[in-house]
Amino acid sequence: MEASVLRKQLNKWRDVARQLLGGKLGSLIESGRTDRERFSKSNSNPAVFWVLVRKEISDHVRSWRFILLLAIIFLTCIASLYTALNSLQDAINSQDGYSEFVILKLFTISDGTIPSFIGFVGFLGPLLGIGLGFDAVNSERNKGTLSRIMAQPIHRDDLLNAKFTASLFIIAFMFITLGLLVLSLGFVIVGLPPSLEELLRIFSFLIVTIIYIGFWLNLSILFSVRFRQPATSALASIAVWLFFSFFYDMILKLVSSGLAPDASTATVDDVVHHVDFMMNLSRLSPYTLFNEATSTLMMPTVRNLGPLTTDQIYGAIDSPLPFGQSLLLIWPQVVGLIALTLACFAISYVIFMRQEIRGRS
Amino acid sequence: MAETVIDIQQLSKSYSGHQAVDSLSLQIRRGEIFGLLGPNGAGKSTTILMLLGLTEPDSGNIDVLGMNPTREPIKVKRRVGYLPDDIGFYEDWTGLENLKLTARLNGISNKEAHERAIRLLAEVGLKDAADKKAGAYSRGMRQRLGLADVLIKQPEIIILDEPTLGIDPKGIDELLALISNLSREQGLTVLLSSHQLHQVQQICDRVGLFVSGKLLAEGNLPTLSRLLLTDTPIVITAEMDHVDDDLLNRLAGIEHVNNIQIVNGDNEAFRPSEGHILLQIGCSEDCSSAIAKTFVELGASLFSLQRKQYGLDEIYRRYFAGGDEHGSKRSKKAAK
Repeated sequence: MEASVLRKQLNKWRDVARQLLGGKLGSLIESGRTDRERFSKSNSNPAVFWVLVRKEISDHVRSWRFILLLAIIFLTCIASLYTALNSLQDAINSQDGYSEFVILKLFTISDGTIPSFIGFVGFLGPLLGIGLGFDAVNSERNKGTLSRIMAQPIHRDDLLNAKFTASLFIIAFMFITLGLLVLSLGFVIVGLPPSLEELLRIFSFLIVTIIYIGFWLNLSILFSVRFRQPATSALASIAVWLFFSFFYDMILKLVSSGLAPDASTATVDDVVHHVDFMMNLSRLSPYTLFNEATSTLMMPTVRNLGPLTTDQIYGAIDSPLPFGQSLLLIWPQVVGLIALTLACFAISYVIFMRQEIRGRS
Repeated sequence: MAETVIDIQQLSKSYSGHQAVDSLSLQIRRGEIFGLLGPNGAGKSTTILMLLGLTEPDSGNIDVLGMNPTREPIKVKRRVGYLPDDIGFYEDWTGLENLKLTARLNGISNKEAHERAIRLLAEVGLKDAADKKAGAYSRGMRQRLGLADVLIKQPEIIILDEPTLGIDPKGIDELLALISNLSREQGLTVLLSSHQLHQVQQICDRVGLFVSGKLLAEGNLPTLSRLLLTDTPIVITAEMDHVDDDLLNRLAGIEHVNNIQIVNGDNEAFRPSEGHILLQIGCSEDCSSAIAKTFVELGASLFSLQRKQYGLDEIYRRYFAGGDEHGSKRSKKAAK
């Protein structure tokens, strides 16, 4: 009974919204679609791309997988918010230089039992990306729908683009919602409004997160193009994720101890050179890039991402960096993440273009 | 003669050493139903994929409606409908939704897509199942939904890859009748591939026999039998009590008779009665009356006379039933 009333109300709102929005936008889209003649002349049709995107989004939203992933991420974020609130009092009292950024602390601190919000996002975000992308192409292939879709007048890359766009849209939607949820909950519980700087930092953090998850999404789409079995591509993606989350640091530590200059004879330059080198190696990992970028954004006291000598620190005023400077500091990391994403995209393009699309094989 | 809509010239394609399609040349005219017949693995699907630009040929030219599908796949796919073998649908979508998606991908507006989908579902007899999930469709229903899916873009040519595969005989008849009607009513050109000669010959104007990547023969069925069974299209079997040289010479003298052999009953399905002899007379044309007359003139006692015309069955047996290996042997022999 309740549901039907709700649905009726929803339909009513939808009609109103359609009337309000539909005027100009709708006619623009409709005129592009109904005119078959125009469509026949043009080589490709942007409306077709959005049809695919809509199909993908509705498929995702209806799927159990999406609901499960959403539940996991939602729960962990609530948990991290809870621990952050528990230890907030201590954090504010401690003199660590950015006590004024209370709302940012909600995202970054924890009482040690559960990782902080940004820790969770860095860890679980890839899982979400992989979860949405690992069977993008090969499940369509196995169901026999790929050859049917490809027999329609669409470009092959439209399919990949649509899959990526739809999943990225969902991820963006989810994380912006989560971020705003934490923000507003914190606002309600703490009672302090966020400053403009805090808002800017939180939004940039969300954007970096979306780019980061976009990378994992693309990687899993790449595997889904390459491997015929969804299980194989899921395992391959998870293997890469585990490698960068856990093993890469261990391996780097081994390499570092092997390469470290002899402590008795090394000059300062040698040591600095070694640290720089190891740092650059670790920056090959998207996980490191993301952690550096987010910690700089969310902790304004982070002033530098490399080693500093005493000379350099000497005379520096111990105050948080302004937002613009923090952004400048992490720019290379962001560009690196985007580049990795594009590289995955390009490879999946090339593989997909060369593939033969047959019935179910 | 109607214009040529599909023109294939010297098309070749190989997969890592295996020649899937070997210098194939084929023309299909507007409005005809062409059956591409061949055993499994003969290269039918590969040819179809190349027609749609879904895979690239190694050499040769394809012209579909005046366009090169490798260069302009989008334009070709806009006017050509393709039903893949073992078509897949989004299983948790209804049949109607699946059709509408295809229509929308062809740039048809939502409203028109809905109208066309409803009309086509009625046409292929799935009106009642329109709102059922495609996952719950039976095999025959899926093929019919597939046909509607192909037709929704109002194509000029439809290409059906093994449309009858896995459907029961009644379903096959219905589907083929549907295809045939659609083609006649709307002037559609239909290219269908199959390895089931018997079913497909009912509706095809012309067929092409495709074995090991080569087109052995094309034409309508009488032409095919003439081409493929040049030696002895008709065999007359006579049963009698005794045979002498005079009779054999007289028989050999009859016009159109190519060869005569005495059959010992062991290896033939048709066994003569006790003490009788079977004669197999191969002829290029029906001359059973002349043979009967000869028997009567010589006073031989004739017990039975059977005429057997080699048709599709024989073509089928020779080229298809043996599968790839047999087919290629035959084709080598034919080439010699």
